Amino acid sequence: MSLGQRVSSDHQLARLLQIGVVLEEVVESRAAHHLDSLPPEERAAIDEEVRELLEEAADESADHRERLEALIDDLEADTVAYEEINALVDAQYGPPEDTDGVLYDQLANEETAYKFYDDLIDAIEASESEFAIDRERLLETLYEIREEEKDGVEEVTEIMEHRA
Amino acid sequence: MNTADQYLKAIYLAQRIEDGPASTGTLADLLEVSPASVNEMIGKLEDRGLVDHEKYKGASLTDEGLGRAHDALQTYCIIERFLANVLEVEEYQDEARALESVIDDTVAERLDTIIDRPGECPDCFDPERDACERLEVGDGCAD
Repeated sequence: MSLGQRVSSDHQLARLLQIGVVLEEVVESRAAHHLDSLPPEERAAIDEEVRELLEEAADESADHRERLEALIDDLEADTVAYEEINALVDAQYGPPEDTDGVLYDQLANEETAYKFYDDLIDAIEASESEFAIDRERLLETLYEIREEEKDGVEEVTEIMEHRA
Repeated sequence: MNTADQYLKAIYLAQRIEDGPASTGTLADLLEVSPASVNEMIGKLEDRGLVDHEKYKGASLTDEGLGRAHDALQTYCIIERFLANVLEVEEYQDEARALESVIDDTVAERLDTIIDRPGECPDCFDPERDACERLEVGDGCAD
């Protein structure tokens, strides 16, 4: 058991970045599943704002995934392909009841991703280990992604507030 | 998972291994820390009403502590199962122990949406194996 929150090796860092990629893939896949899961009449009724939110979330996750994958490549590790995570999401997926359910799930996605990057940044900053990739580049990438996740939380919250 | 939750999980497992109160020595081995550190933390957890401690016998979880330990073990099971079945990590126990302090329970909940976990989790966790007794390794999807 490892007490104390810090990243101490390239291997551990690569593993955490791989988890980040999977989280992004889950967001991307669930957003696509939400749109597909609604019956055609409800799909038509989903207002433009929510549709845009889901499409943006999927695009943003794909972008984050690529940025994380570039770091993982430099650590000479692999990632799990999107198609494989999409199949796992598919196997366990239970569609939300309505648009509010979709928004709650999307909020959970964004909040979880924010929390993950926040903890990861803390754990890297708490470590004095040298990594095979430049620490500044690593942290800069993670700061940017964390900031975008924070914006995502705010965006979903705003939509939920004015729909209430 | 924070340090307090890691201790509660260790006490829960030690109580199952020893079939009684968790001794300081067993906890120090499980947590890979000194007996002095264990005693200090047990005192803090006792102050918070999560643990009862009897001198020369050991620590036992209160009902509140048991609930938290149960949640922490479930989070740990999710991390192990995710590593074993999605990332296909052979040394998934060692890696789960190394990563658990960095993985929050909300993150584990999201990972839980893509793994297949028994309904009785975490009761099927085997402390001797340091893994779920029903976990089959290598039946995931990763290359």
